[in-house]
Amino acid sequence: MTSHAEPSELPGVTKEDEAPPAGPVRKQPPPGFTPEGRLGSEGKVLNVFSHGILVVWGLLVTLPLLWAVMSSLKTDKQIFTSPWGLPSALHFDNWSRAWSKSNIGDFFLNTILVVGCSLIGTMLLGSMAAYILARFEFPGKRFIYFMFVGGMSFPIILALVPLFFVMKNMSLLNTFHGLILVYIAYSLPFTVFFLTSFFKTLPSSVAEAALIDGASHTRTFFQVMLPMAKPGLISVGIFNFLGQWNQYMLPTVLNTDEDKRVLTQGLVQLAASQQYKGDWSALFAGLVLAMLPVLGVYILFQRQVQAGLTAGALK
Amino acid sequence: MQHGKYRFIAGFLALPVILYAVFVISPFVQAIYYSFTDWTGLSSDFKMVGFKNYNWLLHDDLFWKAVGHNVVLLLVVPLVTLGLGLFFAFMLNVGGRGRKNSAISGVRGSSLYKVIYFFPQVLSIAIVALLFQFTYNPRNGAINAFLGGIGLESLQQQWLADPKLALWCLMAVMVWSNVGFYVVLFSAGMSSIPKDFYEAALLDGANRIKTFFKITLPLLWDTVQTGWIYMGIIALDAFAVVQIMTVGPGGPADSTQVMGYYVYTKTFHDGQAGRATTIGVAMLIVTLIFAVVVTRLGRRERLEY
Repeated sequence: MTSHAEPSELPGVTKEDEAPPAGPVRKQPPPGFTPEGRLGSEGKVLNVFSHGILVVWGLLVTLPLLWAVMSSLKTDKQIFTSPWGLPSALHFDNWSRAWSKSNIGDFFLNTILVVGCSLIGTMLLGSMAAYILARFEFPGKRFIYFMFVGGMSFPIILALVPLFFVMKNMSLLNTFHGLILVYIAYSLPFTVFFLTSFFKTLPSSVAEAALIDGASHTRTFFQVMLPMAKPGLISVGIFNFLGQWNQYMLPTVLNTDEDKRVLTQGLVQLAASQQYKGDWSALFAGLVLAMLPVLGVYILFQRQVQAGLTAGALK
Repeated sequence: MQHGKYRFIAGFLALPVILYAVFVISPFVQAIYYSFTDWTGLSSDFKMVGFKNYNWLLHDDLFWKAVGHNVVLLLVVPLVTLGLGLFFAFMLNVGGRGRKNSAISGVRGSSLYKVIYFFPQVLSIAIVALLFQFTYNPRNGAINAFLGGIGLESLQQQWLADPKLALWCLMAVMVWSNVGFYVVLFSAGMSSIPKDFYEAALLDGANRIKTFFKITLPLLWDTVQTGWIYMGIIALDAFAVVQIMTVGPGGPADSTQVMGYYVYTKTFHDGQAGRATTIGVAMLIVTLIFAVVVTRLGRRERLEY
């Protein structure tokens, strides 16, 4: 869990710094110089200080999450009488009540269905487009590339109103396949952008050899290029998984059928109605259930997640 | 061969391009068109009204209130988020002087800190907003309970229901959920700065604060600027936190109304889709102005190393 990304492996971070610096003249340390000897006392005091601050932010990040987990195991009465107390007994029944009675289970399955199909579609269509844009010359190529990449910088809310009516006219509102198509379309900019630069880095000799051996372009793509692109596909796949799993604005507007809610919007609507009904413990349980998969994926793949997300911002 | 190549290109590009054009490009183009109409969004008939919607917008008090809040968000949230991100990243990468006999290194456990700080970034903003709605709850929320527990009852507040506090509460949540990302981003940038620079500065007797402002920040400036634009777009949006966390449309006494949420209510509550898209276009213009200003202000001599 603590193995971390060596930042130099991040895409977008160059290793040019290994060349001798052209900047200030480098001074040779005098014999016997150690930074510790020179800065020993200052360093120690400051280390305590910096550790203190780092720990405080670590607590600020984790305590709300732990508080939610604790609350999800309490009774409603305990939530009100001792918000910070430990649960007297572990009420896992909150979790099962949230799963079945509060429909979290259904929201969960809906989300898995939508995100699963979207992810496959995004990766397939995204890598196809990226492969063409990276490896073939044809008229209009630059235009198509910039059309895709330009989509990364516009506020989605601007497109949302017309998109609602585009979907309505195509009878795609409140359907899973409609939502899946929209998820794929809005995931394409980053996917195409990331994978195009990735395909450019792959050696072309292997693909050429396959073509000479008589493989078709399609077959070369699926049997030679895609397997070679696996590391890039994994990075961008995790990125898309998190983005689609966490999506809130698109389903809120395009998918208002109660039975088809995804996890985020289902929880928010549940919370709005619970203000009156007051099954707080189940609500906390639902919240924790929604957080677990992404935190799990993150902890397993934190290297790729950090690399993928930062690569998106560096361009 | 050539023929086969073009057929292959067309076959592979057709689906992604069509999907993208229908669901992404065409709505953006339509939005600009609809902003010149009196469309309600309910029926399919509407007529062109020229700049009437834009004129209405200029005189709409609620719109300007929303713009004001967006400007506050735009100034405060990126400043605090990037400031904290830089501070933590510097401590994690350069803070632990005197370890491993090298001039600079991270504090002990820096990779663990990075993993933990990143947690909020992977959670949906909807989940984060819900979590903090509970945390801010005046009756059973974690914050008031904590203040009561350490004897500071006088500081307990009606957090989200107080028009003076609500926007600040939202900003705190936005900062909370984004700092970890910038810690990781800036860490990546800092680790590519040659260690020789730090050694030279150490020999010259520079302390950490000086090292930060004379070496780290100038060399990291490009990344900071990109981060600023990226964070600005997040701050301009703020749709989910406003919709989920604050009561009524746009918070108590519209104290958390923002442009993104105003677009939503105008369309789906007021049935004024034409005006809503006008607000959306205004938002796009603000975004572009913001990006240009940041790029201009941030332009400095590029440092090569």
